[in-house]
Amino acid sequence: MSANLIPILWESTLQTLYMVAISALLGTLGGLPLGVFLATSQRGELLSAPWVNKVLGLVVNAARSVPFIILVVAIIPFTRLVVGTSIGTNAAIVPLTLAAVPFIARLVENAIREVEAGLIEAARAMGATPMQIIRKVLIPEALPGITLGLTLAAVSLIGYSAMVGAVGGQGLGDLGIRYGYQRFMPEVMLAVVVILIVLVQLVQSLGEWIAARVDRRAARNRGH
Amino acid sequence: MTGTPPANAAIIFDKLGKSFAKAGSGQVMALQDVSLTVPTGSITGIIGRSGAGKSTLLRMVNGLERPTEGHVQVVGRDVGAARGSDLRAIRRDVGMIFQHFNLLASRTVWGNIALPLEIAGTPSGQIKARVDQLIDQVGLTAHRDRYPAEMSGGQKQRVGIARALATSPKVLLSDEATSALDPETTQTVLELLSQINRDLGLTILLITHEMAVLRDIASHMAVIEGGRIVESGPTYDVFAKPTHATTRSFLSGVTGATLPAFVAARMTTNRPDGPAQEVIRVTFAGQHATDPMLAMLATELGIAANILAGAIEEVGPHPFGNLLLSIDAPRAAEARAYLEQHGLTTEVLGYVR
Repeated sequence: MSANLIPILWESTLQTLYMVAISALLGTLGGLPLGVFLATSQRGELLSAPWVNKVLGLVVNAARSVPFIILVVAIIPFTRLVVGTSIGTNAAIVPLTLAAVPFIARLVENAIREVEAGLIEAARAMGATPMQIIRKVLIPEALPGITLGLTLAAVSLIGYSAMVGAVGGQGLGDLGIRYGYQRFMPEVMLAVVVILIVLVQLVQSLGEWIAARVDRRAARNRGH
Repeated sequence: MTGTPPANAAIIFDKLGKSFAKAGSGQVMALQDVSLTVPTGSITGIIGRSGAGKSTLLRMVNGLERPTEGHVQVVGRDVGAARGSDLRAIRRDVGMIFQHFNLLASRTVWGNIALPLEIAGTPSGQIKARVDQLIDQVGLTAHRDRYPAEMSGGQKQRVGIARALATSPKVLLSDEATSALDPETTQTVLELLSQINRDLGLTILLITHEMAVLRDIASHMAVIEGGRIVESGPTYDVFAKPTHATTRSFLSGVTGATLPAFVAARMTTNRPDGPAQEVIRVTFAGQHATDPMLAMLATELGIAANILAGAIEEVGPHPFGNLLLSIDAPRAAEARAYLEQHGLTTEVLGYVR
């Protein structure tokens, strides 16, 4: 691999990290409250709103059914409306975020549902409001699960970000296709794959480390 | 208990009923026509088998369940009718402890006890002082920064008790609080509850399936069966003169008076022809529990009684005994009359040859 490819690889890595970080952040901002609501709004639950729950559930399922590559292309007009262009890393963040929100919402919902019903009952018996129960009981107790869920989402976003090259999204995946495949430079393809493997490993390890730090459910995790 | 003037009552259940809609087929009555008064400052225990409705009844007191009929009053306020902030205000006056503790795994001992105060909006300076005091009160000062996963069941229940006391409630509800603990730990937790009851004058309503818990700490008790209260009163009276079969069956587990298998197997309900022994249960209550009644039976009437099983123990502050005897059948009626005259209760269980 010639030395002049190194800067290109570096730049593409930064683009991928940028797209994944921003879309993971925005996806969490949208997915966390949505997930909490989905987990607490069935009939008889804290924020009992069965019809809203059903409709939101359908919307989330629909969003998750659309293959990502189709989502990217289908929402081009919306992307242009939001960021003014449909090309580049900023434009890629729009479909990445739209894919992340329902995915993260389901992961958060699952983590919240794992919290023992007895804890909610204890908090209700203390006279807690539904919002207090969510803030002081459900989210802190579900935090290890939420952290692992966000890790999974970030890893998936790294994969998705490789597809946004289709709309000029740049990043590592785009580089691999354009240089490695279209220009017959298998060493670029190999480098891209290795970098992606390293990135996924780093994200996964970081996520597991944080999850272990916040998990107080077993004595072995005593951190002091 | 029923008939106590309401001014003296911490909790009043008035003709309470609760039915649940059952999926597909109509309704299930969890509670029916339950009327019970819990005296202020008492430790009142409700005993019943699983599914008898005791858990539902307990949850009516802090509005975790709502009655479908009747009323529940806690320190003068109607819980069933309260909504929103009124209901939350009542809940801060009613502490609750649980069989499985229900502590937050994400919070330390200190943080768990602080939770109800945070929920009540107590200023942080006051929270600090109050939590430190509570940790001291339940003897967990050395464990304040530990997480529940690092503690034993007994320690966790102490945290649960401190947490329940944080907002200085007037009533403490205990949902099978010792059922997940070993016998020794159970004793220490029951002693702590008794001590809190004495020191703070706090009314405690507990549910259990263990008669020993009632024997050890309850001043008043009720027996629930199939969603109805079948017997209630001061614990000592119920132990001494149980009237319902369910109560007797619970009692047989704690009073040490079960027939040995070899006698039970040969026993018949009707007196057989020929020589036979009558098997009776004698319940000793109050001062008579310590009188040497069997010796007096022998010296005064010349009747010898065989002791088959028995135990003398304490129910609250009173001695309480239960003896199973066999007496020569022709003279058994005479013996029973003599024992009854001296304030004991007798019951014929059957006959053996």
